[in-house]
Amino acid sequence: MTIASGTVREAAIAAPPPASAATSPARPRKRRQLTRNRWGYAYVAPFFLVFAAFSLYPFMYTAWVSLHETSLSNINGGTWVGLENYRNLLQSEFFWNATRNTFTIGILATVPQLCMALGLAHLLNYKLRGRTFFRTVMLMPYATSIAAATLVFSQLFGRDYGLINTMLEAVGLQAIDWEAGTVSSQVAIAVIVTWRWTGYNALIYLAAMQSIPGELYEAAEIDGASKWKQFLHVTIPSLRPTILFTIVVSTIGAVQLFGEPLLFAGNGTTSGGASGQYQTLGLLMYQQGWSNFHIGQAATTAWAMFMIILVIVGVNAVIGRLRNRADR
Amino acid sequence: MATLAPPVPDAGRSPSPAAPATRRRHRGGSKAGKPGPVTYTLLTLVALVSIFPLYWTLVAGSHTNAEIAATPPPFLPNASLFDNFQAALEQAPIGKAILNSVLVAGSITVGTVLFCTLAGFAFAKLQFRGKGVLLGLVIGTMMVPTQLAVIPLFMMIAELQWVNQLQAVILPTLVSAFGVFFMRQYLISALPNELLEAGRVDGASTFRIFWSIVVPVARPAMAVLAMLTFLTAWNEFFWPLIALTTANPTVQVALAGLGSGYVPQRSVIMAGTLLGTLPVLIVFTILGKQIVGGIMQGAVKG
Repeated sequence: MTIASGTVREAAIAAPPPASAATSPARPRKRRQLTRNRWGYAYVAPFFLVFAAFSLYPFMYTAWVSLHETSLSNINGGTWVGLENYRNLLQSEFFWNATRNTFTIGILATVPQLCMALGLAHLLNYKLRGRTFFRTVMLMPYATSIAAATLVFSQLFGRDYGLINTMLEAVGLQAIDWEAGTVSSQVAIAVIVTWRWTGYNALIYLAAMQSIPGELYEAAEIDGASKWKQFLHVTIPSLRPTILFTIVVSTIGAVQLFGEPLLFAGNGTTSGGASGQYQTLGLLMYQQGWSNFHIGQAATTAWAMFMIILVIVGVNAVIGRLRNRADR
Repeated sequence: MATLAPPVPDAGRSPSPAAPATRRRHRGGSKAGKPGPVTYTLLTLVALVSIFPLYWTLVAGSHTNAEIAATPPPFLPNASLFDNFQAALEQAPIGKAILNSVLVAGSITVGTVLFCTLAGFAFAKLQFRGKGVLLGLVIGTMMVPTQLAVIPLFMMIAELQWVNQLQAVILPTLVSAFGVFFMRQYLISALPNELLEAGRVDGASTFRIFWSIVVPVARPAMAVLAMLTFLTAWNEFFWPLIALTTANPTVQVALAGLGSGYVPQRSVIMAGTLLGTLPVLIVFTILGKQIVGGIMQGAVKG
């Protein structure tokens, strides 16, 4: 995982060399270390108190709940059912439907988004007039909330008076019932995600591009590499850790996709369309818990989501490590 | 999705004052040549696509329902904006929602910046047993989906009778793993060990050292973290939707309620969306440049 590899690198830089500074007598030095010791905990305590109460404890508790038959109205009186919820989940048509949708929407939303962000970062890396303007404008979708963006886009994608259908008809194409179709609704939702995140990822890539040493490009130029070849053989390889990182982050986001499918029909239904054509895992979990009041089932779905994330992050980490090894 | 700071090759070693200089040097490299008209055309197109949905909110929110349904549709704002604002305010308590969101996002920002600076400093510069494990724990949780926490959190606030109260959405979000990591990465390189040693030799208490040495150095990163945290907190959707109702909503909860219930009136929904988004857009117009810089700096620092 890239997050971890970043840490390792930083840790290597930050690792304080206590031995080298040992010019002072051993005793006072030891005492100072001890003071530091105590104060370290004091500094991290406020963070970890809140963290333990509202993150760690809930994670563990969710695991416990997932082994019970529990409902919202009967929160503490659940009965132990062991792995029953997990067995039900794996046999549930809704779970597999939501998993499929989460994957297809995730791919539709992530792949074009990151490719466009890469291209956009390349353009932004030129000596531009109005550089700040372009960068700021491209970040505006990121500042727009999921709720606001989805409400606007669900109008733009509207069947009868939606602007997108009006434009399709104006050029002689047929209007699309975006919300009703499986592919069309998933594409539309992917468009919302792409709109919100492309500019943000472009800035991340841009920052990474600017830290590539100019000498690399000079060398490539001397070798007669075209601009495109330079992009392929200098820019992309240098950005690999960053690209891997954005893939991981986008994937984690995609697995949790919730607000967009919830509000896409405009009325906050948890079914994800008439036939669940765009119900994601996040939405399913919300439906199980807060529409059907099956808290145990919802907890099981939440754990399944976490497992999926772990697998994806793990695969990414392995790929990253293998590629790194291949480079050496 | 939280904003995480990705690692970047060969970066993050230089303290921040050096960053602009490095950037300028690279821009002078052969890579960053003069852009042609194609570049400007493409960028303008992307800029238009980025702005258009927001502009459309204004257009649709300032017409009557019948007017936006016309062919061709209108492309300029119209006079009905304030009527629609009024209708939206009647349908959903957006005024109250904005006030609530300011309170919630403001508290979360103050808490996050304070706690994450404290913890980030400890992880960057202090030695204590179990530090590695604790830091690993912090980083690991960045992968855990929100969904995994909401059920017990809901039980907790139900027991405390906090449903529909603002502390229910403030407290669980008061710290962020990203924030700790972000501050740690910044302080590792920006805060010289000699400065801390000097403070210690002068006999300053650890608390004094934090306020008069660490905080001044950390200020630029704290500002960036504050902006990003405020934005994220303002836009937080999942947990507030569960913990609050439309009787005492944040902006996002109010917006979610806007489209449901009544026969949806497109122009009113759009006017309400505009009202709820306007505060962030104003802040963004003023601080946009700093936020852009912060995200890019975060990218290099991480």
